[in-house]
Amino acid sequence: MIAWTIYLTFAGALLLLCLPRPVARWIALATALAGFGTSLMAFFTALDVGTFATIIRVPWVPPLGMEYHLAADGISLTLALVTGLTAVSAVLFSWDVDHRPNEFFFWLLLVIGGSYGVFLSADLFLLFVFYELVIVPKYFLIAIWGSTNKEYGAMKLTLYSFLGGTLVFLTIVAAYVTAGSLDLHQLSQYKFPLQFQAWAFPVMFLGFAVLAGIWPLHTWAPTGHVAAPTAGSMLLAGIVMKLGAYSALRVAMNLFPDGFLMWSKWIALLGVIGIVYAAAVALRQRDLKFVIGYSSVSHMGFVLLGLATANVLGIGGAVLQMFSHGVIAALLFAVAGRMIYRRTHTRDLNDLSRMRLTHALPFAAFSFVIASAASMGIPGFSGFAAEITILLGTWKAYPLAVLITGAGMVLGAAFTLRALKKTFFSDAASLSEGTPSVTSDERLVPITFPEKLGACLLIFATLVIGLYPKLLLDRILPAVEAMKFLK
Amino acid sequence: MNYLDLLKLAAPEVVVVVTALVVLALGLMAQRGTGICSAVAAAGLLFAAAAVLMLPQHATLFGGMLVITPLTSLFKIICLALAFFTVILARGESTPRNRGEYFALLLLATIGLMLLVGSEELLMIFIGLELTGLSLYVMAGFDKSDPRSAEAGLKYFLFGSTASAFTLFGLSFVYGVCGTTGLVAIGQKITGGPISPLLAAGIVMTLIGFAFKIAAAPFHLWAPDTYQGAPIPSAAFIASGSKVASFVVLGKIVLVGFGPAHGSAAWHGLIAGWSPVLAALAALSIVIGNLVALAQSNVRRLLAYSAVAHAGYTLLGLVAGGREGFGATLFYTTVYAFTLVGAFGVVALVRREIGGDDLSHFSALRSRSPLLAGCMAIFMLSLAGLPPLAGFFGKFYLFSAAMRAGENHGLLWLVALALLGSFVSLYYYLAVLKAIFSEPGTDNQNSEPSSSIKLDFLQELSLTLLAAGIVLLGLWPMALVARIAASLP
Repeated sequence: MIAWTIYLTFAGALLLLCLPRPVARWIALATALAGFGTSLMAFFTALDVGTFATIIRVPWVPPLGMEYHLAADGISLTLALVTGLTAVSAVLFSWDVDHRPNEFFFWLLLVIGGSYGVFLSADLFLLFVFYELVIVPKYFLIAIWGSTNKEYGAMKLTLYSFLGGTLVFLTIVAAYVTAGSLDLHQLSQYKFPLQFQAWAFPVMFLGFAVLAGIWPLHTWAPTGHVAAPTAGSMLLAGIVMKLGAYSALRVAMNLFPDGFLMWSKWIALLGVIGIVYAAAVALRQRDLKFVIGYSSVSHMGFVLLGLATANVLGIGGAVLQMFSHGVIAALLFAVAGRMIYRRTHTRDLNDLSRMRLTHALPFAAFSFVIASAASMGIPGFSGFAAEITILLGTWKAYPLAVLITGAGMVLGAAFTLRALKKTFFSDAASLSEGTPSVTSDERLVPITFPEKLGACLLIFATLVIGLYPKLLLDRILPAVEAMKFLK
Repeated sequence: MNYLDLLKLAAPEVVVVVTALVVLALGLMAQRGTGICSAVAAAGLLFAAAAVLMLPQHATLFGGMLVITPLTSLFKIICLALAFFTVILARGESTPRNRGEYFALLLLATIGLMLLVGSEELLMIFIGLELTGLSLYVMAGFDKSDPRSAEAGLKYFLFGSTASAFTLFGLSFVYGVCGTTGLVAIGQKITGGPISPLLAAGIVMTLIGFAFKIAAAPFHLWAPDTYQGAPIPSAAFIASGSKVASFVVLGKIVLVGFGPAHGSAAWHGLIAGWSPVLAALAALSIVIGNLVALAQSNVRRLLAYSAVAHAGYTLLGLVAGGREGFGATLFYTTVYAFTLVGAFGVVALVRREIGGDDLSHFSALRSRSPLLAGCMAIFMLSLAGLPPLAGFFGKFYLFSAAMRAGENHGLLWLVALALLGSFVSLYYYLAVLKAIFSEPGTDNQNSEPSSSIKLDFLQELSLTLLAAGIVLLGLWPMALVARIAASLP
């Protein structure tokens, strides 16, 4: 059933090309909702979440061993769910796109459909097809509908993604030629020579991790996020960065377990550096979207750290963090990009602090407070549940890393609070006297209904998972336990 | 063997010859250049394709001078199809005079390609090369009113004839060593041991001639000027038909004829033979083609340098050798040829409607003609090797064949280089798309605000067909892979 997420999304995308403008957003919404509904249903009805169970398997190019082979386990279902969730809210937050809307939603749906495809592929070639399929739509979304420095951001993001893809491509070809198969299950059974794993794993992992924003190849993320239109940033941070992390887990770590154990401490190191470094950089940013962009890199560092632990808790936490960060980052970008920037036309923290936005946009303030709290890891939100699980896992593997990460978390709280304060809770009275350029509150359009709906959806998700993480962990942990590289 | 048999087995070539003569006569009679020449030429090509289908499965005449196998039939059809699309492309061009001659030359070049594909004998191959070459030299310089076209023709001619001389010289060495001109017989004469210097010289010189044909660096210098200066249909045919046939023949020569002198291009196990030579050509082409293409601002020049890079990728399959490598090369070069014909088709329409083929002329093409923009996007992304387009599958096929060839991933260095090259290439393909999908009016100096481009039905249909073909071959590569695999011995 979950396979229908892919078909419905692509069908919706094609439909958009043939239909007139006025219905474009409705088609997009219907498609996104259908995908979300399907993934939700599959998530709750799945019986066997511990195995990567085949859904459909058809020969594709038999001479080269390629198959159209989809499968799902708890991890795939979780990530398909966050894809659906983010997709629906991304469409809701692009409700007023009136510049070439058909094209906009077409590219948007291609990103979403490709992401579903990556999460459900059980054939290495198929997975890579979906993985690369996402690259070009991202370019167009940013280059055409983006804002600040959009062409630079789009090209940078695309080239980084493609560079990662190139590294992955090389190792896929090498693995295929060595093992003679492209089936993920067969490949994970195959015992690759140690010497081969020693070089293939880092190349492949790095290739995937580019998309997950691994330090020092993370610089595409802030620029890309800033340049992208709101829905684009939401998808980028919410889903696309997860594609890299998921594939690194599903492919690189499962195929080359020995290589992984050989290199895991270096991944942990890069993850920790990413957490602390990106948080420190975020503290110095003046552009609200840059703050969120760097916070994404910082939070994805937790995912990498969790993956590097090679134990059930750490990896389960990493998957939980993928879900959680997907929701929170989408919410943060929605508030910053759509609710604030579209209305005030500035994202400069100092300018925003003079606008007394709390009064003008109370709902935006409310959403942003919740998103910030979740992002900082306040208990009760999904961010806390995920990060604490990762840290528990890390404690077993790299106790020192937990200490350093603790510092990173403090920095994380610092930059989030700083952004929150500057944006909404600055001492407006003292400032406004000196500056005549205070925006009159009437000029700002109130938050529209689709925006409220989208924000509520995301807030609801982060609260549910924060209060009851077992809902996801029950499905994630069996799937993680089935992986064979665990220590 | 009587002449009737010969005529039967050479029926497709005969049909094309007759068509060429008819078109020539029609062109002389109807000076006003009506569409009749192109219609007759297209019909003749279709008839020839039908004649190919009616050939027997296997036949050999005169010790390999004319060979019919499923492989030759398949590629004769592909060459005919490429010629067909070129005819459609040329239909829209506004060369006022000598329409008939142009189409006749195109058909003659097509015969040359068919002879090239359908022969396993060195002399016949050389005749095919020359027939193709001479027709294409004239076609490149056909636009007499344009000095650039003259330059293109002259450059192509000078480079081409020098390369032919090299090839002929090399072939004479090979003949001297082996005492025969049949490829199969040569393959039996050459033994696996160390290669004699005379044979080595022969092999290298033969390869030089073909490196020129496929525009592999460092023998690519004619390509940018020819692609840019020649009339667009000529450039399209040089880049597609001539290239496909050259790869088929080159593959046959090195794999059948020089098979035992394969050598090895593995990183730590270099063994003398032809494959290190091809590997060096491939590496150079990938690096030079991709890097120079980055700096181009003219789309045709950009396509020329990208053609150099693609020649490099395609050579990977031959370096790998074997059935799989050759199959991958054939698949890739076929897909590439059809993509390029399509891309040149778009360029031709843009040039006709907007008056140039620089990147700036492509700006905001999307708002003028969504169809052209969409087709060009598909062609460019397929060249860049992005899924789900045919170019992506072709690259996977090629690179996996190359990776498999050397023991212990010996060709890893070449595959890594090729992948790096295709990473670089995305930038310049995206530059084209960036121009196409940009907003109208911002940086468009010829400021007619989005007057839409009108296409006639046939051009629309052929471009759509080509683009759909690229997408479908990407989604369902078996359609071609299975045919190529079945036709290889």
